[in-house]
Amino acid sequence: MARQAKKTGRPRANNKRHLGDFFLMQPALSNPVLSIRGLSKSYKGGLQALKSTDLDINRGEIFALLGPNGAGKTTLINAVCGIVTPTTGRITAAGYDTRKDYRSARSLIGLVPQEMHVDIFETVWAVTSYSRGLFGLPPNKAHIEQVLKDLSLWEKKDEKIQALSGGMKRRVLIAKALAHEPEILFLDEPTAGVDVELRRDMWALVRKMRDRGVTIILTTHYIEEAEEMADRVGVIAKGELILVEDKATLMKKLGKKLLTFNLKDRMATLPAELKEWDLALRDSGAILEYTFDTQADRTGVASLVRRMGELGIGFNDLDTKTSSLEDIFVSLVHAPKPATIAPEASDVRS
Amino acid sequence: MADATTSPPAAAHAPIVRNVPAFNGHSVWAMYRFQMVRFFRTIGESLATPVITTALYFVVFGSAIGNRMGMIIPGIEYGSFLVPGLIMLSIFTNSIFNASFGIYFPKFTGTIYELLSAPVSSLEIVIAFVGAAATKSVILGLVILATAYLFVPVTILHPVEMVLFLILVSFAFSLFGFIIGIWAQSFEQLNFIPMLIVTPLTFLGGAFYTVDMLPEAWRGIAQLNPVVHLISGYRWTFFGLQSDNVALSLGVTAGFILILLGVVGWMFKTGYRLKN
Repeated sequence: MARQAKKTGRPRANNKRHLGDFFLMQPALSNPVLSIRGLSKSYKGGLQALKSTDLDINRGEIFALLGPNGAGKTTLINAVCGIVTPTTGRITAAGYDTRKDYRSARSLIGLVPQEMHVDIFETVWAVTSYSRGLFGLPPNKAHIEQVLKDLSLWEKKDEKIQALSGGMKRRVLIAKALAHEPEILFLDEPTAGVDVELRRDMWALVRKMRDRGVTIILTTHYIEEAEEMADRVGVIAKGELILVEDKATLMKKLGKKLLTFNLKDRMATLPAELKEWDLALRDSGAILEYTFDTQADRTGVASLVRRMGELGIGFNDLDTKTSSLEDIFVSLVHAPKPATIAPEASDVRS
Repeated sequence: MADATTSPPAAAHAPIVRNVPAFNGHSVWAMYRFQMVRFFRTIGESLATPVITTALYFVVFGSAIGNRMGMIIPGIEYGSFLVPGLIMLSIFTNSIFNASFGIYFPKFTGTIYELLSAPVSSLEIVIAFVGAAATKSVILGLVILATAYLFVPVTILHPVEMVLFLILVSFAFSLFGFIIGIWAQSFEQLNFIPMLIVTPLTFLGGAFYTVDMLPEAWRGIAQLNPVVHLISGYRWTFFGLQSDNVALSLGVTAGFILILLGVVGWMFKTGYRLKN
């Protein structure tokens, strides 16, 4: 049953993608390591967990799937991994169809589930070696040893899993997935309920995997995590993938700060002397707002305050507010029609 | 199978090619071994219960009552007559228990996710899980046979057929147990079918008597009980009795296995109680 991968990998590209752009299926345009087309899932009883979804994951990237609980993140992952039968759609991993060619496709994919599903009566070593064998690889003690050492599990290798702490069990789940050398690694809420130290370790590990060329898809509802880790971010809400964007682009849009002055005296119009700053008046001239880029070398805050002093514009109070991924996330997820960037966020961008 | 190995992490972006062989030997062995390791780790408990139970049967039915019953069949003491039936009885219950538990437990703990996401076919899963359960049963059957030697004289006219029959029946009932394990959604359900169906069929299946001893009217009905044919076929491998129809016995077992394979195939195809 030898079958060649039809598509070859290619360095990470910064392609803009339009949902439902079927031309992307042509290899000439794109070589995603994972390609999802029209994937949907309705459970018995009518719950539509996932609406028709298109998504391409580039080889070697870290993709963060953000969304609240019950948004469809796990359904999406489980459909790719073969745990949930999709209602519609087609998924290919490195060109292998996850249905027709499921053996080749699945042998590429590692999954770290959200729940602590691990056989507590077995030892760390036993379950980890088992996973490697299960995925069709010959025994390789050196590899298992390396994986366990990377995860600080080596000292615990002969302990039964029931004797381990929650964080350690989580590491075992990761070790199991890494034991069979996946090209694509799914981490379903890897840091949920995990302490800060383990979270840092986890991030370091994920980067290490990426350096080895592994593609990583992680789900999280910690925006901080997506900001820290991801190359690209997808936002999913109510079974719908509502945004897929480069993190850098997203942060550029969002890496803005809003400085608000409560003016002593209301101002009817902006004085010409303040033209060089990006200012706006609110509350019939009682509030002056300045939007600036936190990433810029000069924010212009000091000079603005100086100039206002020179012009005799007094203020009682001032306040700054950072727009974050969280803002856009919250507004996207709660917006009735989540097709566009939320108004607050665009305000900030000015 | 070496094809399935990955070369050290993808040199930059070399194309990803995975060729999984038509039969994934490493996977099957891993699953089989995992099941067997648990068995051998608890081998004391695994074997002690059935051996003690069987020994009690021999003491009570074979010695205490059997001595007063004399010979049911010319030339064969009642205690000896019991041996094949008792082995079958243990094989039925233990095959079902081991196989149903083997697949139900991962469902219960959630570790089934790994099985469902693994590059293995349903046939490979069945071979590994049912094979492991059947192996345990065969070991158990042989241990009970050895125990029987301690209590009663045992002669085996057809030893090769005896072992083959043991394997076949162990496989059939393990397959049955596997199906129950997939079907069951609670521990109660796991015990339901063995208690409600298998135990009565076994007791009415001629483990302690021959069907010929039943009243005329019941004899015909008993023929409908597949267990009757399994036990009588197995008894033939010991005593070579004319009344036992070996061909029918084998036919029933083969038919049983085919039906069960069909059910398992359907379960995996539809994901019945395995996945959404």
